[in-house]
Amino acid sequence: MDIGTAVAGLLTLAILTFLYRDNPIYKMAESLLIGVSIGYVLVITWSSTLMSLLFTPLFSDGRVWLIVPLLFGLMMFGRFHKWTSFLSRFPIGVMIGSGAGIAIPVMLEQRTLKQMTATVMPLVTESGWPDLSALVVLLGVLTTLCYFYFSREHKGTFGVAARIGTWFLMIFFGTTFGYTVMSRMSTFIGRMEFLLTDFFQLTG
Amino acid sequence: MDRKIAVVVCFAFGVVMFAQYFSAHPLARSVNQTIADYWQIIFAFALIVGVVGFLSNNLQRVHKGQDRPFRLLALAGFVIMPVLAMIWGIKAGTPFLWVFENVQVPLQSTVFALLAFFVASASFRGFRARSVPAAILLSAALIILISRSFATGPLSDWLPGVAEWIRNNPSMAARRAILIGIGLGSLTTSLRVILGIERTWLGGGK
Repeated sequence: MDIGTAVAGLLTLAILTFLYRDNPIYKMAESLLIGVSIGYVLVITWSSTLMSLLFTPLFSDGRVWLIVPLLFGLMMFGRFHKWTSFLSRFPIGVMIGSGAGIAIPVMLEQRTLKQMTATVMPLVTESGWPDLSALVVLLGVLTTLCYFYFSREHKGTFGVAARIGTWFLMIFFGTTFGYTVMSRMSTFIGRMEFLLTDFFQLTG
Repeated sequence: MDRKIAVVVCFAFGVVMFAQYFSAHPLARSVNQTIADYWQIIFAFALIVGVVGFLSNNLQRVHKGQDRPFRLLALAGFVIMPVLAMIWGIKAGTPFLWVFENVQVPLQSTVFALLAFFVASASFRGFRARSVPAAILLSAALIILISRSFATGPLSDWLPGVAEWIRNNPSMAARRAILIGIGLGSLTTSLRVILGIERTWLGGGK
């Protein structure tokens, strides 16, 4: 067994000790994960963003206008002192403003219009019979939207539609739950397979 | 005053990014790319600010003797990655990637897998068909779980098809309504932010 497998196996077992209860071995593995993850993100951010997008083009290629994002970035460090904390509002303003500006058309197109277009389908098949699936989708979208419409009291016909909407929501939550459990299970099976095959070398 | 300037900066960048979407002119593409790069650079600095916060918080706790061994281990894990990257680089086969593959990935995936037990035990305690919506939720979850598990006999013939139909039709319908809601909500929030109506991002204080 190579040292990498041994380390990975021991750390896997350390995390699994949490199944018994919270303990120092688990806490050590958890702390190590936090530290290593932050270190990894820092290194990747430094090399893939700061070096390639800022420092190399600014100092090697002479693209002087990159001094602007550099200054905005340095303003973020103003947060560490009460006298300079106001400076961090400007780069945050750039991020929030540009993010909001790009979000308006993208959200309208990708989230709203595309979903509406996909909902408006032929409700009758070529053979003349109603398309049950298309009807269910149309009914589901309309009634769920009724449930999320809070400007009118959920009473009468509107209340019935909103109640049917909750049933569709429950189906969505149930299926999402099922798939989430199965994805976690498949990850767990993967870890067990690693432990039994590579670490303990119990199976071929 | 600084708040007003920040709102103006937010408005200016918001309007520019909104307007460039409707133009195919190379200048608009260039502006989009430039601001996207600015965004990434500022985000990277914001991340470093967070890292500095992590460092100072942990060093303070170590100094006070709170959870000292665990804090030191977290700090050691944090320091070792940049050190390895500086000495050997980050390409394939380097110690940096060795630590990533043999320490970070197994730890992360095991923590992720551990949630299977907690989700299962929580659902075992919480799932009770006390009302019609609860019964529907339970039935949908059971159908998906059984269809994705080892089912033999007549179940294995029709259950995967039923599960697929549920996923593609009633579940998809609710998902679509949620996405439409998210889209409209994001749109209005973005408009409020750009127009300076929503100012919570400025934070408290003077």
